[in-house]
Amino acid sequence: MRLRELLRTPETIFWVYGFPVLLTLGLGVAFRHQPAHKIPVDIVEHPQAVQIRSWLEQSGQFQAAVFPVEECRRRLTLARTEVVIQPGDPLVYRFDPARSESASARIRVDDALQRAAGRKDPLAVGEQPVTEPGARYVDFLIPGLLGLNFMSGGLWGVGFVIVEMRVRKLVKRLVATPMPRSSFLLSMMSARILFMLPETGLLLGVGYLLFDLRIRGNWAAILALALLGSLSFAGLGLLVASRAQKIETVSGLINLVLLPQWLFSGIFFSSERFPAVVQPVIQALPLTQMNNALRAVILEGAPLYSQGLPVVLLSAWCVLSFYLALRWFRWN
Amino acid sequence: MRVDALNGLDLLIPSGECFGLLGLNGAGKTTTIEILEGLLEPSAGEVEVLGMQWAKHAAELRQRMGISLQETRFSDKLRVIETLQLFRSFYRQGGAVEELLREVGLTEKARARVENLSGGQRQRLAVACALAGDPELLFLDEPTTGLDPQSRLQLWETIRCLRSRGRTILLTTHYMDEAEKLCDRVAIIDRGKVIALGSPRDLIYSIGGDHVVEFELPAAEGGAPVEFVVSLETLPKCSSFRKDGSAVLLTTTDPHVVIPELLRRLQEKKLALARLIIRHASLEDVFVKLTGKQFREDEMGSN
Repeated sequence: MRLRELLRTPETIFWVYGFPVLLTLGLGVAFRHQPAHKIPVDIVEHPQAVQIRSWLEQSGQFQAAVFPVEECRRRLTLARTEVVIQPGDPLVYRFDPARSESASARIRVDDALQRAAGRKDPLAVGEQPVTEPGARYVDFLIPGLLGLNFMSGGLWGVGFVIVEMRVRKLVKRLVATPMPRSSFLLSMMSARILFMLPETGLLLGVGYLLFDLRIRGNWAAILALALLGSLSFAGLGLLVASRAQKIETVSGLINLVLLPQWLFSGIFFSSERFPAVVQPVIQALPLTQMNNALRAVILEGAPLYSQGLPVVLLSAWCVLSFYLALRWFRWN
Repeated sequence: MRVDALNGLDLLIPSGECFGLLGLNGAGKTTTIEILEGLLEPSAGEVEVLGMQWAKHAAELRQRMGISLQETRFSDKLRVIETLQLFRSFYRQGGAVEELLREVGLTEKARARVENLSGGQRQRLAVACALAGDPELLFLDEPTTGLDPQSRLQLWETIRCLRSRGRTILLTTHYMDEAEKLCDRVAIIDRGKVIALGSPRDLIYSIGGDHVVEFELPAAEGGAPVEFVVSLETLPKCSSFRKDGSAVLLTTTDPHVVIPELLRRLQEKKLALARLIIRHASLEDVFVKLTGKQFREDEMGSN
């Protein structure tokens, strides 16, 4: 019944399935590797401008254009161009050192022009750009989104739904039947787990088909982690729902749990970027451990037994939240 | 702060009876019924239902009673028949869901989603859910509150039907006419106490007459209050009188004596009547007599 109810709420389907996929697509495209990407460079109108432009185009790295001086300045402030070249003697680069793209473009422009003008490099160098699947941003992102999905699913899909049923007095009505209370909780949990399966498949499938995500870990390990994660977050969902009597209360509580983990648990960027002082707290968050373990298993093919810390911490969250939730749960 | 919603409430309801708990909002009706349903624990006192106690026989009691809470909102996305199947699945005995739907007149709506039901249909679904386990004892907490007149009549018909099949029913209501029409006996509750108990007919007799004569004089007719003008105290066969706005209500067993005398006195003073009504006394008259409280318009519903 819980499943049918969910399937008939198109909004929910979108937030559970559509949203993470769109997020993956959006971010994956925005941060994809762009070998053809050329750096925009502007040259101020000048007799030498044509010569400079042909030099830049020879190197193949730049998108050079000639504009009057006012137009060049305006484009630089709007970040439409990275560097403005003012031909003359000496030649002047106008750029924005606060933006790393602009600063690095200045160096590369200079490099290209010096070589074209006849500079010989005293040291021979080679390059090896990383485009291997497994080390790209999208690879980092997908396990993080998976973890995020389990968290939101557990909190909204269990916590919010229970409080909504309580507000509708449906919990009270069910308690007034011979229905065992454990059946009610079990049905919530099993619905959550059943929904977790397609969620996992869909996100990993999109990653595989569109972004060539290589899943190195074995499926059993991924599923076991997904199961543990879903249960922990479902436990947290149950906990936030255990006393709340109003939709507003539970929404607030859910956001209280969600927001710090959105930020700190390494969904979009590594949690190690935060200062060492707060690391113990960040590492204790269930989503941090979930994401770490998912990345290790999916991307590096780590076996489950190597993920002792995440598994233990997640289980601890799971047991603790269920224990407290069941103790405090308000049936009527 | 602790508030005792109930205070010294003693009731004995024999099986097979349709019993009504009557009172204004906040009188303690829902508290009473929820204690009997085992949803609230009384802070003091004893409760025995079907010869059993909640502390010892909760599982058995749940099997044998059906409950309709005050406004439960079932899952919007489920169909009527699915909702009923769910509730039916909780009980070891009971009729087929199709049978239940027929009993409350929802057969045509079986495939409809709950969100598309009208208020009256939802309330009938709630009653059907209460009947899912073929209960010996049925609790209906304000089954018709907020329904339009036609839905109320349909639900009354359903309840009468259940009553005629010998089920014990306990219902709460703040509609006096509902209690009068449906219940074998009623208890009027005010501030957590039973202030009257008996069959509607007995209660109506107990206020000294089964007729009410209601009259009103045209507005701004002289200065003196109407009860002085016609000296109501001395009217023969009039057991009591009260004022309701500009109208005066007299309770009597003998309207044929009271009315000629009333008209005679009015004529003496050269006063005209704006309105004169004779009707049977109702539980509402009993209630007002006993509590001194007026029913507000919104609580009168569609009387």
